[in-house]
Amino acid sequence: MAELSGKYLVGVYDDDDTVLHAVPRLRKAGVKIKEVYSPFPIHGLDEALGHPRTRIGIAAFMFGVTGCCTALTMMIWMMGIDWPMIVGGKDPISIPNYIPITFELTVLFTAFGMVITFFISNGLGPGTHFHPRFDVRSTDNKFVMAIDLGRNSMSIEDISRALKDSGAEEVNIKQF
Amino acid sequence: MHVTSPVREPLIQGGKTYADVTEDICRHVEGSPTKEWKIAFGISLIVLAYGSVCLAWTWWEGLGVWGLNKTVGWAWDITNFVWWVGIGHAGTLISAILLLFRQKWRTSINRAAEAMTIFAVICAASFILMHMGRPWLAYWALPLPNAFGSLWVNFNSPLVWDVFAISTYFSVSLVFWYIGLIPDLATIRDRATSKVSRFMYGTFAMGWDGSAKTWARYEYISLILAGLSTPLVLSVHTIVSMDFATSVIPGWHTTIFPPYFVAGAIFSGFAMVQNLMLITRVVYRLEDYITLEHIETMNKVITLTGSVVGVAYITEFFIAWYSGVEYEYYAFFNRMTGPYWWAYWAMMTCNVISPQLFWSRKLRRSITFTFFISVVVNIGMWFERFVIIVTSLHRDYLPSSWTMFSPTRYDIGDYIFSFGLFFTLFLLFSKYLPVVNMAEVKAVIRSTSANLPQKIAGVAKVRQRGTAEPVYNKDKE
Repeated sequence: MAELSGKYLVGVYDDDDTVLHAVPRLRKAGVKIKEVYSPFPIHGLDEALGHPRTRIGIAAFMFGVTGCCTALTMMIWMMGIDWPMIVGGKDPISIPNYIPITFELTVLFTAFGMVITFFISNGLGPGTHFHPRFDVRSTDNKFVMAIDLGRNSMSIEDISRALKDSGAEEVNIKQF
Repeated sequence: MHVTSPVREPLIQGGKTYADVTEDICRHVEGSPTKEWKIAFGISLIVLAYGSVCLAWTWWEGLGVWGLNKTVGWAWDITNFVWWVGIGHAGTLISAILLLFRQKWRTSINRAAEAMTIFAVICAASFILMHMGRPWLAYWALPLPNAFGSLWVNFNSPLVWDVFAISTYFSVSLVFWYIGLIPDLATIRDRATSKVSRFMYGTFAMGWDGSAKTWARYEYISLILAGLSTPLVLSVHTIVSMDFATSVIPGWHTTIFPPYFVAGAIFSGFAMVQNLMLITRVVYRLEDYITLEHIETMNKVITLTGSVVGVAYITEFFIAWYSGVEYEYYAFFNRMTGPYWWAYWAMMTCNVISPQLFWSRKLRRSITFTFFISVVVNIGMWFERFVIIVTSLHRDYLPSSWTMFSPTRYDIGDYIFSFGLFFTLFLLFSKYLPVVNMAEVKAVIRSTSANLPQKIAGVAKVRQRGTAEPVYNKDKE
């Protein structure tokens, strides 16, 4: 996660419904919202903020295909080519017997590939000793909206008034 | 807008606010261990120590210390392995299948059930290592170029499938569990007052900030992980059952095994979840989170899967007779009336009759009775595996080699080892990690809570660090 710099206006909300309804109102009023931080997922919030739909599913599918191909290639090569082996009168390359391991490796590759992609795309990782920069209560019971003042042309007074009107119970200034 | 159904009973009782959820769950993580916890942990460690001595002797001396003989080559080792793997099915079922079915009641119990899954699979794996006799050669099961020639493992063998199935299941369950833990670890990190716990929880929270973008991706990958784990959880016990079903031993060689084993696994897994949750909710005062409604719902799952298991027993027996194969018929006749009749009837009583008692609403909402039946079910499921394994083997094709199996103190000691390991791990989990998924409970609280408070966010009870100076504060008006 990139380091933040500059001056931010932080709106603290008391309720998930209030913040969900505040987002379209503020965007309509011309306020550019950086991000909303919440203690639990709020459905529809990412669309309201205008975030593009995540493409992590495509990555997951690719990892799955990789796992499937890896498993089949491995077994066909080992059992059929490198050291052909007939066990129980079965053909050295007998695809039906390979299905369980192919399935398991497909799942394994998809799960791990997807989770690693998730960590990278969110900038999460061990050693990222990050604490919520705008308001520490956003992992407990508050819903925190961050507005980058450098990217907004409106004055601080106007934005904070808009935040208050949309239901924010506190408006703070945070300088990095 | 959120709507609360007037028909259903609320999932979370007591008018909890978001701050209350954080407080109730974090309290026991942050406080010092209670006396009860210390006593329980001490007992588990003693049990584990005794088991470890028995296990060390098993490995030092060899598998001859077990009661195995040339007729009964698999006994308690594989019985215990299948039993533990079966128990390890409930967690992923609760978190994956119930997520796909949008069952919101899972949120209070999924964390502990998944932890139980992981620990049960560790116990199961320990029996595989024991059963190998020479655990330092365990890597032979992996497809590595063999040092004694370029021979590979046999990919046609269900035992090799099992290696892949169990390790995939273990690692995917672990990842699923950990992903769910990250937001809660972040909550603890942000409340932590000591440097050590801030560092530790901070490291494992990996810098979680709870932004809308992160949550959207989080929900998306949870859904895909659930979609992947659902066939995975079914495949694991299917493959375990194929260890038996692809053999030619009468009593094992049956096509009904995969669904029958999967139903049995869910049955015993839910019973173990009941056991653990009934204790946890009292010790950690989580009665408002794990309510009678949760217990009743789990009892319904137990009744359903218990009935599937019962039908499977009867079908299996009918087919043994109807097929006209005399060896098959004898194997089943011997189970019922042979020298191990008591194991068969213990299994039938515990698994087929006892869950049917839950048709009575009064019984399925009784905590004492539920606890009793969960123990009975797990005893029954242990006997099921014992019956399948030992009773099918002990009278083979040659009457001169017919024999009985009796466990030695090392068979018993190694079983005790797994209990010590399981409870030690579970107690460590319940002390140092949040036993209820706070983020998910907060997400369902509004639509499913009774007597919603005026201010659902609540007031945080811990003084928070590092809030900026306000330009505007509603409370001061």
